Amino acid sequence: MQYKKRIFIDTVAKHTFKLTGYLVLALLGGIFGMLLYNAISFFAEVRPIDFLTDREWNPTANEPIYGILPLIISTSLVSFGAMLIAIPLGIGTAAFISEYASPRLKNILKPLVEMLAAIPSVVIGFLGIVLVGPQIAEFANLPNGLNALNGSILLAIMALPTIITISEDAIHSIPKTYREASYALGASKWQTLLKVTIPAAAPGIIAAVMLGLGRAIGETMTVLMATGNASLFPSDFFDSVKTITATIAIEMGEVPYQTTHYFALFAIAIVLFFMTLIANLIGEYFINRFRKYHAA
Amino acid sequence: MINNLSAKNLNVWFGEKHVLKNVDVEFPKNQVTALIGPSGCGKSTLLRSFNRMHDLSPDAKIEGTLTIDDLNLYQKDIPVTDIRKRIGMVFQKANPFPKSIQENIAYGLRINNLSYNQSYIQKALEEAFLWDEVKNDLKMPATRLSGGQQQRLCIARAVALRPEVILMDEPCSALDPVSTLKIEELIHKLKEKYTIVIVTHNMQQAQRVADKTIFMYLGEVKEEGKTYDIFNNPVNEITKNYISGHFG
Repeated sequence: MQYKKRIFIDTVAKHTFKLTGYLVLALLGGIFGMLLYNAISFFAEVRPIDFLTDREWNPTANEPIYGILPLIISTSLVSFGAMLIAIPLGIGTAAFISEYASPRLKNILKPLVEMLAAIPSVVIGFLGIVLVGPQIAEFANLPNGLNALNGSILLAIMALPTIITISEDAIHSIPKTYREASYALGASKWQTLLKVTIPAAAPGIIAAVMLGLGRAIGETMTVLMATGNASLFPSDFFDSVKTITATIAIEMGEVPYQTTHYFALFAIAIVLFFMTLIANLIGEYFINRFRKYHAA
Repeated sequence: MINNLSAKNLNVWFGEKHVLKNVDVEFPKNQVTALIGPSGCGKSTLLRSFNRMHDLSPDAKIEGTLTIDDLNLYQKDIPVTDIRKRIGMVFQKANPFPKSIQENIAYGLRINNLSYNQSYIQKALEEAFLWDEVKNDLKMPATRLSGGQQQRLCIARAVALRPEVILMDEPCSALDPVSTLKIEELIHKLKEKYTIVIVTHNMQQAQRVADKTIFMYLGEVKEEGKTYDIFNNPVNEITKNYISGHFG
């Protein structure tokens, strides 16, 4: 009896976990299927080549133009700028917390950094409007500071907690033996950090950067508030931009159901999906390149 | 006989724990000296005092005089990196960097601003009896080598810097007998150029490789002398018990 009961519980547990696993897969597949289904309706009406090469996004014009290029450039520009700020700052902070900070300081810094992640994106966007924007406007002599640079700064702040926390874990988990080997050869602390510890932690650091980048590409509310949302073709960081996420968020609420414009928003969502996918694949590639030097 | 490495009246504490007590030792030049004794007797602590590895532990306190030739190792104006360049170390567990074989050798040379070329790397690997086994795979990750090869790479990495002393902390404890024998042969060869101090738990190994043996117990040097004498005519009762396998 006892034995049968245990077998029964095992079976129930197995099927429960199987169910949850498949449910997540089904959810993912469902979302992608829904995007794809609607996007196909869009491409039935607009040629994919026009979609990819037109230099303007203006679905409400008399002759609607659905060029995704400015949106891709906007999203890339803002995310790239954010990474330019967040990567050195994040890895530097992580290295400091892990290698230089006293245990006391570390115990204060780590929770503080994690608290940074808890700030709602709308609050960060608000900071962009009242604080960062005016500063940029003054510095660059512009009428307003709602532009790509503003978005980059805010997204960098939002990506920092992810990059710092995961990089710090990666650096911290490098075995002491690597550091000792380096010191024993006459290396200084700085040389050891730069040439042994950080390269050894590279897979984790790259994973951290990719997660941060994912957050930056997908972030909506902050960029919607801080980047100005002009659907012009951006040329530098001081131009106002309209990212893919902001475009979907703004236009989805106003667009008539099942029109070309409506379907177009699904098409750009798919492009966004592929952008994050490519970012992840590139990250994966580099992670594997570094990982081959580690013991199995 | 020239002593090139010595410690006088050395005391080491970790926090409250008194790990080494009034240790006086001398390691003769171009000889192999074995440090033996039961676990926790302070052998590794003594070894690591010489290349100042304890600098990395904030709670370590060191008193006494440690010298190489006539230079005080803990003298304030001597950079610790110079000391470590002169006194190399091989660790208990082989710890090659997660880089290629070649890079493992080049790293130490580069950080010390020494110029080097391919033949220099070859020479270091030859000195560690490793060249023939890896000459076609210099770009291979070092972590793919076998345990014994990794340990010889670590020795090559140390000798590439042309140190005066090589400290070895149980270098064979994780290796099979064949790899162990290879390392021992290597030690025989290396002592022509370097002074070697080796910590070992293996009595046979001490007898095979060492010219001089120092027996330590509970943080003190109990007996020292020619290896043959220590193992055949130990004076101290504890030494006798330890080498005959009654404890430890």
